[in-house]
Amino acid sequence: MTIADFTFYLFALCVVLGGLFTVTSKNPVHSVLWLILSFLSAAGLFVLLGAEFVAMLLIIVYVGAVAVLFLFVVMMLDVDFAELKAEMAKYVPLGGLIGVILLMQLTLAFGSWTYSEGIDSRLGSPAPPLDEAHNTQALGLIIYDDYFLVFQLSGLILLVAMIGAIVLTLRHRVDVKRQDPVAQMMRDPKTAMELKDVKPGQGL
Amino acid sequence: MVEFFTETTLGMGLLILLQSLLLVVPLLVALAFLMYADRKIWAAVQMRRGPNIVGAFGLLQSFADFIKYIVKEIVVPAGADRPVFFLAPIVSLTMALIAWAVIPFNDSWVLTNLNVAILYVFAVSSLEVYGVIMGGWASNSKYPFLGSLRSAAQMISYEVSIGLIIISVIISTGSMNFTDIVHAQDGNWGLFNWYWLPHLPMLFLFFISALAETNRPPFDLPEAEAELVAGYQVEYSSTPFLLFMIGELVAVVLMCALVSLLFFGGWLSPIPGLPDGILWFIAKMGFVFFMFSMVKAITPRYRYDQLMRLGWKVFLPFSLFWVVFVAFMARYEVLGGFWARWAIGG
Repeated sequence: MTIADFTFYLFALCVVLGGLFTVTSKNPVHSVLWLILSFLSAAGLFVLLGAEFVAMLLIIVYVGAVAVLFLFVVMMLDVDFAELKAEMAKYVPLGGLIGVILLMQLTLAFGSWTYSEGIDSRLGSPAPPLDEAHNTQALGLIIYDDYFLVFQLSGLILLVAMIGAIVLTLRHRVDVKRQDPVAQMMRDPKTAMELKDVKPGQGL
Repeated sequence: MVEFFTETTLGMGLLILLQSLLLVVPLLVALAFLMYADRKIWAAVQMRRGPNIVGAFGLLQSFADFIKYIVKEIVVPAGADRPVFFLAPIVSLTMALIAWAVIPFNDSWVLTNLNVAILYVFAVSSLEVYGVIMGGWASNSKYPFLGSLRSAAQMISYEVSIGLIIISVIISTGSMNFTDIVHAQDGNWGLFNWYWLPHLPMLFLFFISALAETNRPPFDLPEAEAELVAGYQVEYSSTPFLLFMIGELVAVVLMCALVSLLFFGGWLSPIPGLPDGILWFIAKMGFVFFMFSMVKAITPRYRYDQLMRLGWKVFLPFSLFWVVFVAFMARYEVLGGFWARWAIGG
């Protein structure tokens, strides 16, 4: 067994175990931590495939940002998850059924999956061969040169979602004291403090 | 013998292990003296003596502290989540250490010459926040939890501008490999070829963001002792606390290495004619660390809303503008290869 094989089995095992414990662990914070293990191991698998750029993006976006937000939300929740989990046994058969159906569908789809002849020549924008450009460059060429408009549009969709979220949650409350940074920066010692010469034995 | 290390699985595994040890052990030993230097500089600014009892000039102070930490009792709060409680400091230290795998100390002196090295470091440093969040949550106490919330918001905010600054350096170089980034700063003009000159505003932004990212003063709000006792570390004692502290310091030294690599030409010699080498790299890291210590000694702590305002309303727009600016300058090769090093160096 070479090192590559060993690491593949290690990461694969971690992905599967992480997913399993995400579902079964009692504490939701532990669930998120197991999910993070899954993400990290999946990134490891990407590295083994030679897709190091995608692996790093997976870590930066999903583990570094999305999972942190998950963790926040879950930590703040005050729900008795033990009670919710107790009902889980009722839904195990249904869940198993859905799992089996999904697995069957995937097997049917990918089992009969074949590439047609000469598919490479019919691609709209074929990736440059690996000896000319490594995968970061190849991705950059495809995203920013060939599919620039689509990329911009997806950015626009995210922007709309962001504006929507801000509009939904932004409330201007009048009863809170707000900081005014400009006024604070404009203050100088003359206006901020006053020196008094206090004689001994006398007050102000 | 050579075949054993290059052909067999066991040999290759051993070789990787040895190389990692060769990196980590000197790093941790250097850390002991950096900790001492940090305290000495801090003391000198405040006209104190600092540690001066253990060893000559107090040089062995850090080792005495080390022994003190590991022989103390580990106190676990009642109601703490024990696995996560102990996992947090380990994560904190591990994440800080594994980033060093891609840092080149000299030409081809690097454990892994990854072609997305800078993204790797960025990814790993974005994981460092987990040690803090897990520690704060698992302590099952108010102050650590508040501290960890603060810290997570702070680290995520400043990562955004660090990412954009890194992008402008990548645009100038045309590569994400540290060795390429350093080679792109090579030239006939010595230190005037380095990126600090074309990316001068970004040097300051990166330095300040690095302070915030590593929770150093003046941005040490996660552990602001006046408000939160000691933030996420309140419930930690003994070795777990030591791990947190070492992890934090390794992250600081990593940031020093990043500043040296991205803006000060890594191992390149500042004066044309003098040989390049690892000593230059160490000297540059030492200089940046000195600046980190000075900032700690002379600046008052920021207020939390000021910190967030600085990150989102000042740093983010400015670094975003700089990315656009550098992209434009590099694309049209304004001033020759001033911003576009791939255009001249290949």
